[in-house]
Amino acid sequence: MKLSRIFDNRRSWAWPYVLFLILFVVLPLLLIVVYAFTTPGGDFTLHNFVQFFSTSEAVNTFIYSIAIAFLTTLICLLLGYPAAYIMATAELKTPVVMSMLFILPMWINFLLRTLATVELFNMFSIPLGEGALLYGMCYDFLPFMIYPIYNTLQKMDRSLIEAAHDLGANRREVFLKVILPLSKSGIYSGVVMVFMPTVSTFAISELLTRNKITLFGSLIQRAFGEGGLQMWNYGAALSLVLLLIIGLTSFFGNKDEQEAQSVI
Amino acid sequence: MMETKTLSSAQLEARKRARSLKWRRFFAQSYLWLLLILLYAPIVLIIFFSFTRSKVLGNWTGFTFGLYENLFTGYDRVAQVHVDPNMYSALLYTLLIAVVAATFATLLGTLAAIGIFNMRQRSRQAIQLLNSVPMINPDILTGISLFLLFVFLGISRGLATVIIAHVVFCTPYVVLSVMPRLTKMNPNIYEAALDLGATPFQALRKVMMPELWPGMLSGFILSITLSIDDFGVTFFTKGSGGLNTLSTFIYADARKGGLTPELRPLFSLIFVTMLVLLLIINWRASKQAQKTKK
Repeated sequence: MKLSRIFDNRRSWAWPYVLFLILFVVLPLLLIVVYAFTTPGGDFTLHNFVQFFSTSEAVNTFIYSIAIAFLTTLICLLLGYPAAYIMATAELKTPVVMSMLFILPMWINFLLRTLATVELFNMFSIPLGEGALLYGMCYDFLPFMIYPIYNTLQKMDRSLIEAAHDLGANRREVFLKVILPLSKSGIYSGVVMVFMPTVSTFAISELLTRNKITLFGSLIQRAFGEGGLQMWNYGAALSLVLLLIIGLTSFFGNKDEQEAQSVI
Repeated sequence: MMETKTLSSAQLEARKRARSLKWRRFFAQSYLWLLLILLYAPIVLIIFFSFTRSKVLGNWTGFTFGLYENLFTGYDRVAQVHVDPNMYSALLYTLLIAVVAATFATLLGTLAAIGIFNMRQRSRQAIQLLNSVPMINPDILTGISLFLLFVFLGISRGLATVIIAHVVFCTPYVVLSVMPRLTKMNPNIYEAALDLGATPFQALRKVMMPELWPGMLSGFILSITLSIDDFGVTFFTKGSGGLNTLSTFIYADARKGGLTPELRPLFSLIFVTMLVLLLIINWRASKQAQKTKK
């Protein structure tokens, strides 16, 4: 009797998921914080952070990773926006199947695609270094930039563009003052979807540069993978630093998105 | 005299605009094709070298279906060795984990979406914020945080922990794809079913499910895709008991130096299957669009 009353109240249907989120999302993230501020013995310490900030190699890797992620995101935006714009503009008559062709490569495992890219570089005897790394990262994440932008551009109210034209704006003005501001939310999700994985990746960089370039993700992975129990707390501290970056990015991005929505 | 002149200049203008549109179309399409060529180059390479027996990608030793034969028989007749059995178990585990995790995620996410939809504004926003955390979290953080949780709770890592981890990052997408269907649905039909004597379960199954079905399906498919493509989360939650998905198998393989050659025909087949499916779906959609036009 009581059970069916709980079932009647549809609000309660979310409870299993809320419990699930608390147990498998909130608690694990709290554990990262706990591990970051403790010794392997379980005492409070700031040593893990001191170790990070006093190791110049770690700090340099951190800054380098952010720079690489930033560049990758920028290149993806510069390459992806025109592609999304072309596909969403009806008068350019892009076949519908084209938009789907951009996601199809994702069905081949990204590590295998990365390895094949390495092989392509070898065939044209292009050295594996920074350039190869940037190319490979852009290659892997470009679809994540194109899609959100394509979606917002497609949902955009076309009559606004026509209105701008009728009111005497030229093509450049229409793009800069109407289309670009209206696609802000798509750009935001694209930037998040590219920046977050690139700043934290570890496998792609290892394969693309044959371990020549170490990114921040690899540092974290090594702390947990090869470092043994002693390194977990240090790894957790590194993870917390990464978590802060992610939090900051999504917080500022969110504000941008709200602004973009208020424009609409 | 005046009239013909203005007319011809207008015609000229129109012709000029048509020509510039033609050029813009040409440049736009070439740009897309260029991107697609870059995007597909590695894939073409994999498919191309699936038709040769060489151990490493990029070394052509003559056309043969040998690797396909190896893939299906599990035995390399020429080198007289068995194909790495771990590749097959990795393939099976990839599919098993994807299907089980996507099923759980779809059930959990659909119930959650209904629940969240009926909540008051405040709690609704709070849960939606919580729901976005696994989507924003990069896979390495999801993986490490869950790794710490399983260690903390003393749960040994293996198949179950990988499935739980996959449910974690799949469910938010199910919630997001079911939500819009709920917004579109008439909220009274569920109540009507209850008033007409249906039990809540019957009302859910017979009234709500048909309305939510498309959202659930796209959430399910998205979950499968995400699960199959995942590497980072699986890497940290699989434990050291030898459990591998294709992603972690390829990673371990690449680190050892040599990639199992049979991966080439395997992924060529997967790719061609997906390509054909896509073309069929596209063809049927365009046919349907023509029908509705008529």
